[in-house]
Amino acid sequence: MSIDQSTAAKVAKLARIKVEEDALPALAEEFNTILGFIEQLNEVDVEGVEPMTSVTPQRLKRRADEVTDGNQQAKVLANAPDAREGFFAVPKVVE
Amino acid sequence: MTDLNKLGLAEARDLLRKGETTSVALTEACLAAIDSAGALNAFVHKTPEIALERARAADARIAAGDAPAMCGLPIGIKDLFCTKGVESQAASNILKGFKPEYESTVSQKLQDAGAVMLGKLNMDEFAMGSSNETSAYGAAISPWRRGNEETPLTPGGSSGGSAAAVAADLCLAATGTDTGGSIRQPAAFTGTVGIKPTYGRCSRWGIVAFASSLDQAGPMTKNVRDAAIMLEAMCGHDAKDSTSADLAVPNFEAMLTGDIKGKKIGIPREYRMEGMPAEIAKLWDEGAAMLKGAGAEIVDISLPHTKYALPAYYVIAPAEASSNLARYDGVRYGHRASLAQGDGITEMYEKTRAEGFGHEVQRRVMVGTYVLSAGFYDAYYNRARRVRTLIKQDFEQAFAAGVDAILTPATPSAAFGLGEMTDEDPVKMYLNDVFTVTVNLAGLPGISVPTGVDSQGLPLGLQLIGRPWEEGDLLNTAYALEQAAGFVAKPARWW
Repeated sequence: MSIDQSTAAKVAKLARIKVEEDALPALAEEFNTILGFIEQLNEVDVEGVEPMTSVTPQRLKRRADEVTDGNQQAKVLANAPDAREGFFAVPKVVE
Repeated sequence: MTDLNKLGLAEARDLLRKGETTSVALTEACLAAIDSAGALNAFVHKTPEIALERARAADARIAAGDAPAMCGLPIGIKDLFCTKGVESQAASNILKGFKPEYESTVSQKLQDAGAVMLGKLNMDEFAMGSSNETSAYGAAISPWRRGNEETPLTPGGSSGGSAAAVAADLCLAATGTDTGGSIRQPAAFTGTVGIKPTYGRCSRWGIVAFASSLDQAGPMTKNVRDAAIMLEAMCGHDAKDSTSADLAVPNFEAMLTGDIKGKKIGIPREYRMEGMPAEIAKLWDEGAAMLKGAGAEIVDISLPHTKYALPAYYVIAPAEASSNLARYDGVRYGHRASLAQGDGITEMYEKTRAEGFGHEVQRRVMVGTYVLSAGFYDAYYNRARRVRTLIKQDFEQAFAAGVDAILTPATPSAAFGLGEMTDEDPVKMYLNDVFTVTVNLAGLPGISVPTGVDSQGLPLGLQLIGRPWEEGDLLNTAYALEQAAGFVAKPARWW
């Protein structure tokens, strides 16, 4: 599998990272180096092998479905780059 | 007494309990050492006021006869741990200025055990790197040098600042985190001890996430006894991390008898890789001989899927990172790019993430996005998770055959010079983790112990891998290896 510039641009878009047009060839080349390394996995016979979901066999704990935290609006907003009137502020989303 | 900063945890604890020194004196010695070690770039946020306040409180507790395990002992905290009211930015510009409103479980446990935080330690950005060179603060520098050369060397990564600080006696010990070798590789590069416990031993709550199924915190210390003391203080079940194990934490220090008679130590033949430097092969053979001399039985074992561990890791870790790092969107915390007229929310995300993330982080997020994208998910991500199952089975079979611990080199070489790997392709840097990454994929405990020096006087370490949840037994084997190796080299001070 070889990644071309348009695929690199698509991946950057999906990852929401702006990559300038002139940086795309180098990025595509880096992807190809890394993916070339990963291709080795195709040598392994994985027929009938379950994909790992949890490295330690454990049941996730359950707890009662009740409110245990909250009422910390000021703390939640304390690190926001732009907070107004108790909300996170972002550029206009809906036209 | 002078040079209090040069003490280890156990030594300092014993002096404190005998009333022969105070936490304030220990803390002041470390703060002075930190202030004179700017050249190492290890401490990136200093917290002397917090340190002295906690030291005074610790002295009061000791005087009152209430001295928990780490009481009054000054340590450094890796920048990946969220510390309340203190910058915690994972060495990334995207978290510039971030001061958490909460404390990570592990750093809280250390604080509850009486430990004194000196400040935050340098690391690779989001723990992605093996040389500390991806840090937004600039690289941390190893206190070690090759012979009489002045070439700045890497302390390793990602916990490079932690390793440099412990090796240079800027603190008595430090926290690290390990996703593919980030505690054990820097420990090996700096002549210190680092243990990554079994996945689930330490709570991940409040530690900035890189790859959640692989990340574990652990101590970086001057010797194995200190690792036992500090690990015990860091572990334990936490309702805030659903993957943290609800198991009792043993008294690890009490398990250090040094008696390993009859223990079976496996030597995995697949780790003897083509092109392994003679010095590393020799170190490994000598380590096996030391354990044999201490009464252990050395057996040849096979871990057939070893070769596929790194490629599987470089699918799984970036995939998880791309998901974890989606939260850095310029809305809730950290950096937001300044926007042009007419820019909408998509431009805000794209510009913020391009400005805030460094090159290696961007690359891994995008590789992760690619391997998870429609059409490739099965071919890459699911295949890697299947290979991970096989890697874990390799270890299970070795342990089922009666092996108690596995001995391997910790790293394929001694520390390299800063910049020496930058021109190489990224895969060359990834090879640093070749001996350590299998342990994260299998969720096992692993420890790096310094056992020798190379021809240029740089430290080299060996890794011991243990059975799940048997850190106590693993620490004891490491203790026996440490006793036999008698590693005492320290870097000559130039900084």
